[in-house]
Amino acid sequence: MNDSSRVVVTGMGWITPLGFSLEEVWSKLTSASSGMQPITRFDASTFPTTFAAEVKDYDFSEYVRDTSIHETAALNSRFALGAARQAWGQAGLDDSGDLDRSRIGIYLGAGEGVLDTENYLRTNLSAWDPTARAVDGSRWIASALQLMNASREIEQEPNMPIAHLAREFGVTGPAFNCLTACAASTQAIGEACDIISRGEADAMISGGTHTMIHPLGVTGFNRLTALSTYDGDPAEASRPFDRTRGGFVMGEGSGIVILESLEHARSRGATPLAEIIGYGSSCDAFRITDIQPDGRGAAAAMEMALAQAGIDPHNVVDGRPPIDYVSAHGTGTQENDSIETRAIKRVFGELAPSIPMSSIKSMMGHLIAAAGSVELITCILAIRNGELPPTRNLHNPDDDLDLDYVPNVSRKAVVDTCLSNNFGFGGQNDTLIVTRFVE
Amino acid sequence: MNSNRSHTSRTSRRVLITGSGPITAFGLGIEPLWEAVLEGRTGIRAIERFDASDFAVPFAGVLPRDGFDVRKIVPKSYRKATKVMARDTELAVGAAAVAVSDAGLLTRASEPESEPTYPPARTGCHIGAGLIAADVDELTLATSTSTTADGEFDIADWGENGMGNLTPLWLLKYLPNMLACHVTIIHDCQGPSNTITCAEASSGLSLGESRRVISRGHADLCLSGGAESKINPMGMLRQQFAGRLAEVGPDVDPARIVRPYASDAAGGVLGEGGGILVLEALECARDRGIEPIAEFAGFGSSQAMASDSMGLLYDERDRSVVDAIGAALRSAGCGPDDVDAILPLGSGIPEMDDVDARAIKAVFGDRAARIPLITLVPYIGLCGAGLGAIAVSLAAQCLREQRLPARIGVEDAGAHGLDSGPAEARDADLSRVLVFTTSLGGQNVAILLERWKGDWDR
Repeated sequence: MNDSSRVVVTGMGWITPLGFSLEEVWSKLTSASSGMQPITRFDASTFPTTFAAEVKDYDFSEYVRDTSIHETAALNSRFALGAARQAWGQAGLDDSGDLDRSRIGIYLGAGEGVLDTENYLRTNLSAWDPTARAVDGSRWIASALQLMNASREIEQEPNMPIAHLAREFGVTGPAFNCLTACAASTQAIGEACDIISRGEADAMISGGTHTMIHPLGVTGFNRLTALSTYDGDPAEASRPFDRTRGGFVMGEGSGIVILESLEHARSRGATPLAEIIGYGSSCDAFRITDIQPDGRGAAAAMEMALAQAGIDPHNVVDGRPPIDYVSAHGTGTQENDSIETRAIKRVFGELAPSIPMSSIKSMMGHLIAAAGSVELITCILAIRNGELPPTRNLHNPDDDLDLDYVPNVSRKAVVDTCLSNNFGFGGQNDTLIVTRFVE
Repeated sequence: MNSNRSHTSRTSRRVLITGSGPITAFGLGIEPLWEAVLEGRTGIRAIERFDASDFAVPFAGVLPRDGFDVRKIVPKSYRKATKVMARDTELAVGAAAVAVSDAGLLTRASEPESEPTYPPARTGCHIGAGLIAADVDELTLATSTSTTADGEFDIADWGENGMGNLTPLWLLKYLPNMLACHVTIIHDCQGPSNTITCAEASSGLSLGESRRVISRGHADLCLSGGAESKINPMGMLRQQFAGRLAEVGPDVDPARIVRPYASDAAGGVLGEGGGILVLEALECARDRGIEPIAEFAGFGSSQAMASDSMGLLYDERDRSVVDAIGAALRSAGCGPDDVDAILPLGSGIPEMDDVDARAIKAVFGDRAARIPLITLVPYIGLCGAGLGAIAVSLAAQCLREQRLPARIGVEDAGAHGLDSGPAEARDADLSRVLVFTTSLGGQNVAILLERWKGDWDR
């Protein structure tokens, strides 16, 4: 493989419930800190779920050149701007004078912007005709034009974070946004790598951003009974791989990476932080609500990524398993954690128990579309720091879940190659494999 | 470091269009659309689904009321699941059924039950989608029991009681990846599946992604395209807020609302619809002996930089459109002289028409005025995430039939000096057609289609 088709990560950044810098969040993750607290964004006190991992005290103006060009940006775009500024800075792109910005693209897995719940519901109710059991169109549009706001509506379009990043960094290359629920940002990064490998761009800003911590977002997941409704300390609510796990906890935020062809990184003297060597994507094609119970789809994504990386999942090299760490999707729902465990066993066979795997959703919550991006960054920090983040709140082993989930306490380890999984509601499965960069 | 790592080489394969499934105001499939554009008959009509009389434009490219029933399209065993489909998903499911049949494929949905043409794991699915608005009547009915004495929403009661009024699967109607979710389940597509959400560019970007996935060898065949319906109060409001709609009264001639490139162009009109195409690796299509509709020869995409916070205004947007077109031509190994017709966005929104026109002139220079433009929006409206796939289906049909559609909506040659004035349907010698779409949000996508002449071994 030549330098133009190898893809390296040269910058990373995130805005998360556990903090806003690589170092701060890493120290929280390795000390098993939790970001879950009662919801402050709206009055959720009577909801089945009253807590989430919110991003607090975040001021995006510290991260942009000129806030006026982003003044209407929704929270998801603001998160992405902060994460991208860090990544862009770490990659040293500001110091690379003669960048061809038409050769730098963007591929995000960004969620939609936040609904203007109050004015939306007020408009609907003011136009409600109880006899017809329908809203009256004329009353609705009259109310809507009075109450709702053009920018708040348009900024909800899921391609708006791309528009803001393009504006901030002046990049005009290939631009995509995908939204495959919880798999979105992993898929975005995988496809961005392919765009670079094929020579369609020299570099890509990639990752995800999302928040669904708003009344109808929490409502939607509560109705699906996917969220934890734990009534004790919120910090104990997310319990991936524990027998008593009872659903996921919502998080919010953004993770952004700068991906570059090795050739481009080299030409401008950038330091590769890691190399992406494998990407796999599959679809369950099973049921709207349920995951394929054998873990067929999840396994197919992992196998495709391993094949692209040229890694034999059954091969022990120098006494070590083929993968040093798996960043699990690990949502903390009964179904996901069982099936993901089954899929790992299906792929790695008898080596599965020797591969440590943890879920940072136990601490950071589930960033939905952005989950994969912060989890990939976690993998790269694990490689660079030689330490694995734990799965918090894992106290009650489940008989069928018998892998090494790095329970409760972080672990020092030699980490060269990591595999990161994300699976979306709707059946999309995505896997990335990232490795220590060597010439 | 694992010492046994060996990178697999990335393959590059030619990709063909072997099935076409547009769903438009004219109904399901390419035939009714083709017939309408040859006759010059618009599908824009008055909106009857709700009272839209006080909206900017109470017309849209909607399917006729009896035009399409998704329950009749899905396998019997899947009928129950149609209850949790948003309109956008219904459209995608309909389009996919037509595309699969047009390509002569057997899938899990085929009756009688038979071995699928392709192994499910080699079949991908990429369906672009929009920001799907919740059904306003369903949501408001649910919230109407959680109100205070003065009629305001009572969030405390909603949390405790009201939300129980919503069906448990309510959220799943509105996740954009539900279009692909249903289609992949119905046809058993277990390969890579993605949902691109870049407004009007979504379809084209999805087609480009399918091409890339096939080209790198992760699938042999993809169902690809997009679908959307903004024909609901919230969907229409957002477009009205974005200043993209014409403002007309109830007495207007529906065929004259959208006037692409005309000096009196005054805004767009919405439509519902979409399209799924079957994209197939050349050697696989050859092996099963299917005659392709056209070759998917080139693809390019780019992003414009907005000059306002909301992403509505762009400085020199045409330059980024030129980049996307240039990339599409290069990836096909072609130059501007190889293009015989163009299907641009052609929205009739003056600012966007201006972008199209400048880009066409920048790429094609002196030839710009002589390349026939195909204008689609006056027939079906702006179908959001579904528009680009319909455009590609139509362009492929033009190549196959060696004919150009009639141009309607306009009365004179227009303001831009392009070949965009009124025209009847006509025969034409077409080797390559360029399709390009620009989105609200700044994404640009260009696709070059090539006439299929049977050159399997080029």
